[in-house]
Amino acid sequence: MAQTVAAVRGGTRPSLMAAPEGRRARQVLGERVLLGLLAASSLVAILTTVGIALSLLFETLRFLDAVPLFDFLFGLNWSPQIAIREDQVGSSGAFGVIPLLVGTGLIAAVAMTVAGPLGLLSAIYLAEYASPRARSFAKPILEILAGIPTVVYGFFAVLVVAPFVRDSSEAVGFEVSSESALAAGVVMGVMIVPIVSSIADDVISAVPQSLREGAYGLGATKSETVRDIVLPAALPGIGGALLLGVSRAIGETMIVVMAAGLSAHLTVNPLQAVTTVTVQMVALLTGDQEFDSPKTLAAFALGLLLFIATLILNLIALMLVRRYRERYD
Amino acid sequence: MDMSPSTIRPKLTARGVNVFYDDAHALKQVDLDIRAHEVTALIGPSGCGKSTFLRCLNRMNDLIDICRVDGDIRLDGEDIYDPAVDLVYLRARIGMVFQKPNPFPKSIHDNVAYGPKIHGLARSRAEMDEIVASSLERAGLWEEVKDRLDAPATGLSGGQQQRLCIARAIAVRPEVILMDEPCSSLDPIATARIEALMDELKQNFTIVIVTHSMQQAARVSQRTAFFHLGDLVEVGDTDTVFTQPVDPRTESYISGRIG
Amino acid sequence: MTDPRQSPTETILASLPRRRRAEARFHFYGIAAIGIALAFLILLIGAIGHQGIGAFSQTEIALDVTLDESVLDPSGTRDPETLSTANYRAVVRAALGEIFPDAVRKRRDRRKLTALVSVGAGFELREQVLENPGLIGRTMRVWAPADDEVDMLFKGVTARDSGRFTEKQLGWLDRLEAEDRIRSAFNWRFFSNGDSREPELAGILGAMSGSFFALMTCLVLSFPLGVMAAIYLEEFAPRNRWTDLVEININNLAAVPSIVFGLLGLAAFLGFMGMARSAPLVGGMVLALMTLPTIIIVTRASLGAVPPSIREAAIGLGASRMQAMLHHTLPLATPGIMTGTIIGMARALGELAPLIMIGMVAFIVDVPQGPLDPASALPVQVYIWADSPERAFAEKTAAAIIVLLAFLVVMNLTAVILRRRFERRW
Repeated sequence: MAQTVAAVRGGTRPSLMAAPEGRRARQVLGERVLLGLLAASSLVAILTTVGIALSLLFETLRFLDAVPLFDFLFGLNWSPQIAIREDQVGSSGAFGVIPLLVGTGLIAAVAMTVAGPLGLLSAIYLAEYASPRARSFAKPILEILAGIPTVVYGFFAVLVVAPFVRDSSEAVGFEVSSESALAAGVVMGVMIVPIVSSIADDVISAVPQSLREGAYGLGATKSETVRDIVLPAALPGIGGALLLGVSRAIGETMIVVMAAGLSAHLTVNPLQAVTTVTVQMVALLTGDQEFDSPKTLAAFALGLLLFIATLILNLIALMLVRRYRERYD
Repeated sequence: MDMSPSTIRPKLTARGVNVFYDDAHALKQVDLDIRAHEVTALIGPSGCGKSTFLRCLNRMNDLIDICRVDGDIRLDGEDIYDPAVDLVYLRARIGMVFQKPNPFPKSIHDNVAYGPKIHGLARSRAEMDEIVASSLERAGLWEEVKDRLDAPATGLSGGQQQRLCIARAIAVRPEVILMDEPCSSLDPIATARIEALMDELKQNFTIVIVTHSMQQAARVSQRTAFFHLGDLVEVGDTDTVFTQPVDPRTESYISGRIG
Repeated sequence: MTDPRQSPTETILASLPRRRRAEARFHFYGIAAIGIALAFLILLIGAIGHQGIGAFSQTEIALDVTLDESVLDPSGTRDPETLSTANYRAVVRAALGEIFPDAVRKRRDRRKLTALVSVGAGFELREQVLENPGLIGRTMRVWAPADDEVDMLFKGVTARDSGRFTEKQLGWLDRLEAEDRIRSAFNWRFFSNGDSREPELAGILGAMSGSFFALMTCLVLSFPLGVMAAIYLEEFAPRNRWTDLVEININNLAAVPSIVFGLLGLAAFLGFMGMARSAPLVGGMVLALMTLPTIIIVTRASLGAVPPSIREAAIGLGASRMQAMLHHTLPLATPGIMTGTIIGMARALGELAPLIMIGMVAFIVDVPQGPLDPASALPVQVYIWADSPERAFAEKTAAAIIVLLAFLVVMNLTAVILRRRFERRW
């Protein structure tokens, strides 16, 4: 038996089996071709990443020919439209990315204010409190939320949440723009709840039962056990879950395109309209544009920023979750 | 010099205890008294129900969804399965040490301080430090860790970890300490230390220990209960059980023919 | 070794009520979190259902249309060219004149009156005549779609005094209703038409076929590639730094924002390879790259769940590793792979941002016939309609969402059933 395996691996040693020589050789050859195909297809994922990185880099470099890197990264003014209207190439349009970053951060902060507590509490409930029956009822709710396309969330934000935020804030005397960061952020937060919750649920469930028993054996209540023992033990994994949530929040597009604004205000007031990196990418690339104008190239520069930011967040998060799993496996 | 149950009031009494995991009948009609300030050993082949019985005594089985307990278990005459009984209070009175050392991922100090902290047993920092020190001292760990109380508990050796878990349990000042094969993952030297500790602790606490080692039961316990396939086969003074067992199953187990 | 403390029981007993309250509070927070999620879900589905349900019916007006030969085919040749360019709007106008002889005298009134009926009425007549030229010369009763404003009025969305109708128009509509010439019928146009500037004629067939072609492309590319990559990584790849890198890369790719994949599609497929904008083929290719990590991850999980004993048994009988995988491991993992693929496809169906990047947001009336025709997709249609100012498009938007969600429900249920049916515990 060992020889057969060796023959397949090495492909040269003659087989001891009864199969005729030619057929055996053909089989070995076929398997090697198939194995090569399998290995090649596993490269597609790498090629995708490389493709993303290269195309973003390439177009960004062309963008930086027209707009200096310093002006892009530290400029406080974003108004790419001006350049187009006056039919000038690049130089006079303002491509300062700071207002977009602030807007993205503001909406992500609102979203995580919703998704963090809701996601963690529901994960704790599912992992520690829910009976199997309650779990079989509660878990699908989160799975359905996870399956709803973001364009639907966006429409819901415009249809229900934005008017509600506006009316209720005006009732208490606040000035609110119709496309507030708050409305978009809250809806995005709900969208992210299942992401945070499912990872946190896994992570909490992976905390060894013996730690819980240790606490119960001392007379700790369930909430004391969760708060003092389980959560601190699960902390790195929970950090990973939250980071993946943040990564999702800054990369989310449709909710903000539909429910947040287009104008780049530099503000941290969630009742104001702000714009985000993704909104501007969509704005820059819709409509009939020449492929080479700085306006379209700017979208790639924004894309590169977004890619780098999410890459860093994802890698830290994946590392945290992975380390954590290894510790308790 | 057999002391009949009437002369010493038992700390814990179990009457007609049955345990089911789903349909499996894990423990059948167990009657057992545990006397105060003694070490009672529960022995028997694996799967005999000895650990299950131990976990009934502080209602640890409540954590397992499919587990059902009926019968009557009393601590100082109070029914511990009474719905009015608070599990927090019960487990503060009946502490537990587990098979595998399970220190919390915290510092040595915080491990021992955790029980007193949640129960509000220390009125000041100084009082808490005093509790931590005396508990570690009683667990025979003080000398080894007094200079690194803020170090993570997971850095201790297995035997030290288990003594830390004992210190953690006695810091709450329970009346009974349940020990579920506390030495099964330890080397002989660490085991000897814990056995010596048990002997000291019985002055102040009532101890119930599950062990798979008959030698250990003979060394540390005053009373021994032998379980087999969910039945409590025999209970008596340790000397008697080991030298003159009444039931043939006990004899077979002790002489190494079953288990 | 003496303990100076009192017995702790009193202190513990005293702490119990406070701790019980804290416990109840904490438990409540968990339930509240789930409750909020549920409330949001119900609100979302309720609001969209409420908004969109109206789009499945359409107000129609009964007209007795005389297909006058002198108007439609004055030369009498029945030439399809003539028939398809004839003025059917005039026929409709004449039919309205039959009902309201007074109104058609003044030009302004005539325009106001014809505005009540959709321009689609003429298109539908043309379709009928082209199919059956024998109808010319006959008079027949047709139910013509009402204009979207009229539709909104009868659905109660617009109020009578909203200023959108003149007194005269309201009078005409009242008379039509009194004569039983107004009905609300199932809106089949919504499912058989492409997009349109006229809300009452706009349908989702174009978007559905665009989505279909894009999803098929996505499936054809990502399924074999994903499964093959997963087989290699799970069954054959050596465990070293390189495969570690591949694995991290795949996990990261699964969390890269979808809009970034759109940029890749724009730069690589449209810019570099020069493929057509707005084609479902390109959309499907981008979606495939996006779905690939998901399929690889679930396939690996399914393969990994097959116990090694089965593999070892096959190899022990003299099978090669490849044979053991092809004949034993892979078939056992198939249900899991299918489930994961369906879920990946469902996610791709709802994805929009990358399609915008590659220009699949154009206004396209014609229903695409193949993956190379310009097309939109279901979520694209939702987005376009959500942006349209006409009030009638709001209900179309919600209705398109309902259709999209219906597809997703069907796909996910299929996945759940597959999983239940073939669930195996090793």
